[in-house]
Amino acid sequence: MKTILENNELENEAIYIIREVAAQFEKPVLLFSGGKDSITLVRLAQKAFYPATIPFPLLHVDTGHNFPETIEFRDRLVEELGLELIVRNVQDNIDSGKVKEESGKYASRNMLQTETLLDAIEEFGFDACIGGARRDEEKARAKERIFSVRDDFGQWDEKNQRPEVFDTLNGKIDLGQNVRVFPISNWTELDVWSYIEKEGIEIPSIYFAHKRPVFERDGLIWSAHDEYVYREEDEIVLEKIVRFRTVGDMSCTAAVESNAFTIRDVVQEIRNSRISERGARIDDKRSEAAMEKRKQQGYF
Amino acid sequence: MEVLKIATAGSVDDGKSTLIGRILYDTKSLTDDKLEAIERSSRSKGYDYLDFSLATDGLVAEREQGITIDVAHIYFSTENRSYIIADTPGHVEYTRNMVTGASTSQAAIILVDARNGVIEQTKRHFFINNLLRIKDIIVAVNKMDLVDFDESKFNTIKSEIEQLAEAASYKGQNITFIPVSALKGDNVVEKSENTPWYSGETLLEHLEAIENKDVFEKAQARFPIQSVIRPKKDEFHDFRGYAGKIYGSVLSVGDEVTILPSETTSKIKEIYFFDEKYETAKRGSSVTITLEDDVNVSRGDMIVKSNEIPNVNKQLEATICWMDNKPLKALSKYHLQHGVNNVVTKIDAIESVIATDFSGETETEELKLNDIGKVKLKVNKPLFFDSYEKNKANGNFILIDSQTNTTAGVGFIR
Repeated sequence: MKTILENNELENEAIYIIREVAAQFEKPVLLFSGGKDSITLVRLAQKAFYPATIPFPLLHVDTGHNFPETIEFRDRLVEELGLELIVRNVQDNIDSGKVKEESGKYASRNMLQTETLLDAIEEFGFDACIGGARRDEEKARAKERIFSVRDDFGQWDEKNQRPEVFDTLNGKIDLGQNVRVFPISNWTELDVWSYIEKEGIEIPSIYFAHKRPVFERDGLIWSAHDEYVYREEDEIVLEKIVRFRTVGDMSCTAAVESNAFTIRDVVQEIRNSRISERGARIDDKRSEAAMEKRKQQGYF
Repeated sequence: MEVLKIATAGSVDDGKSTLIGRILYDTKSLTDDKLEAIERSSRSKGYDYLDFSLATDGLVAEREQGITIDVAHIYFSTENRSYIIADTPGHVEYTRNMVTGASTSQAAIILVDARNGVIEQTKRHFFINNLLRIKDIIVAVNKMDLVDFDESKFNTIKSEIEQLAEAASYKGQNITFIPVSALKGDNVVEKSENTPWYSGETLLEHLEAIENKDVFEKAQARFPIQSVIRPKKDEFHDFRGYAGKIYGSVLSVGDEVTILPSETTSKIKEIYFFDEKYETAKRGSSVTITLEDDVNVSRGDMIVKSNEIPNVNKQLEATICWMDNKPLKALSKYHLQHGVNNVVTKIDAIESVIATDFSGETETEELKLNDIGKVKLKVNKPLFFDSYEKNKANGNFILIDSQTNTTAGVGFIR
């Protein structure tokens, strides 16, 4: 037995929130992308319920354009922890004609995830979706509550949010509504990386420096993957040592040149970085209000 | 790393967003891409300076109107520690957001426009921070550049607020006054040459020196049960653990405890944090506790030390900050959420509305949106509570409208 339990305020807060979700909702789900934030959520959920297992499933909305390393990692994690994984594919909605795939230079399936997510919420009747979004990522996310109520259409009414006082979480909703829950709202990118290092949490290899065929466009480094990412003829493929700071769809996630081969290197790199994490998200560059618009429509 | 949470409050055009933008800029917390966006946007508006308010005003409507309309959370860090700023709106109709932001903060910055002096809004901000018993208050007298860094203007504001502090109910606040220009950067991070008459700290120096205490402060230990952990696993066959967060003080193995409302007694057998067991856990820890005896405990119950029993009562008196468009009236019914415990309440009487300019109370029939007033309530099941003064964590509650499910008000138990 150890003597004194030292406090990690952010960790305690996240565990408290996850426990509230399990207690206040009938069908919660954890949205799992295979990225570092959702992997961190899985660890926090393990801690919240130990020695019991995590009492809700994981949902992965698969764009079909994911990094294969992420998918392999996902399947291994689920197997090791004995978790239930639900996968819903954006491809299905494209095939059925429900959504139309973008084409051309900046085509991305990122926006199409929203429709698949809303379908899955309806299919399973999920009343709470736990996500790894953080307030430090982006200006519109800075205004999110911990429990963020969405209407029947998954929409966010940012001007009419419930007040959240102290650490009391009001999870009461009407039939058809659901709540998006953000347990690591108050964490920064550096907090997440420091936690991953301290806890020795395993993460997909693409977060570390590796050699990859890439091309440059608009000052960003894009993955050269002709099947998923559109490339002009004059955009030449080069091999570079890169890593990814954020992991989304391959068509909307830019790489950064990096020599961070270990988790310690990564923490050091983030500490010294002069570019924000979402600076490498091509989807955010579309307009100043890009994220807010997507959130109103039901995006995470 | 240590985190200090700060709420900021000010009126429209006090330059609050600019001040925060300035802090981010001077502490080198703005990344190159964000800085570029600010430069681009400032240029397109035809400014000959950098409009730092663009760093924080997140929603489209805010950028259009040039004002802040919801609580935004901003993060920065120094060598010393991390900071979270809850940037709350200044206009009177958004007071509920101010209470929201302040309720999770350890310190507050109140902005005053040096040209306008102490106005009704300033008094209201000060009143709310006092009601919430926020220990460290910084009054940043902004736009000093527009009054030629006039010491007498600063001193007038200082003495007016000191007078308010004398009329306030909570006397334990540390109030610090700093003359600044957020736009030009005077006394925010860098010491100003324009205020030779001011020998105190800059805003950031002062923030760095604030002692980091948790929002709820030290009090008697309270352990509200969030859920009962019963693993369906062979190796934990008879395991029955109580998951929750410890408030107020430490809990240790062997402590004699009482479970409320049943008033059965037992001893703490084990304290788990994930797969490790500990002898002692500090306040703020989200742990799982097991007891020596097989007792009936469920969500919403509370474990306390047997010699530190809180009030157990179906009647309570509270000061309520009303946050809903529909006014609070006597005899109306609401859900009352006290931490993780949900009960039904009936409003017995609305006694008075309290003027936020410290001019006293008046009798009233109802509390309207943004009113703060004294209320008597009755609940359908006994509540185990403390006064907010004695135990912040166990002395507050929210009222939930049973039709709309919205959080309609916050109460501070007297």
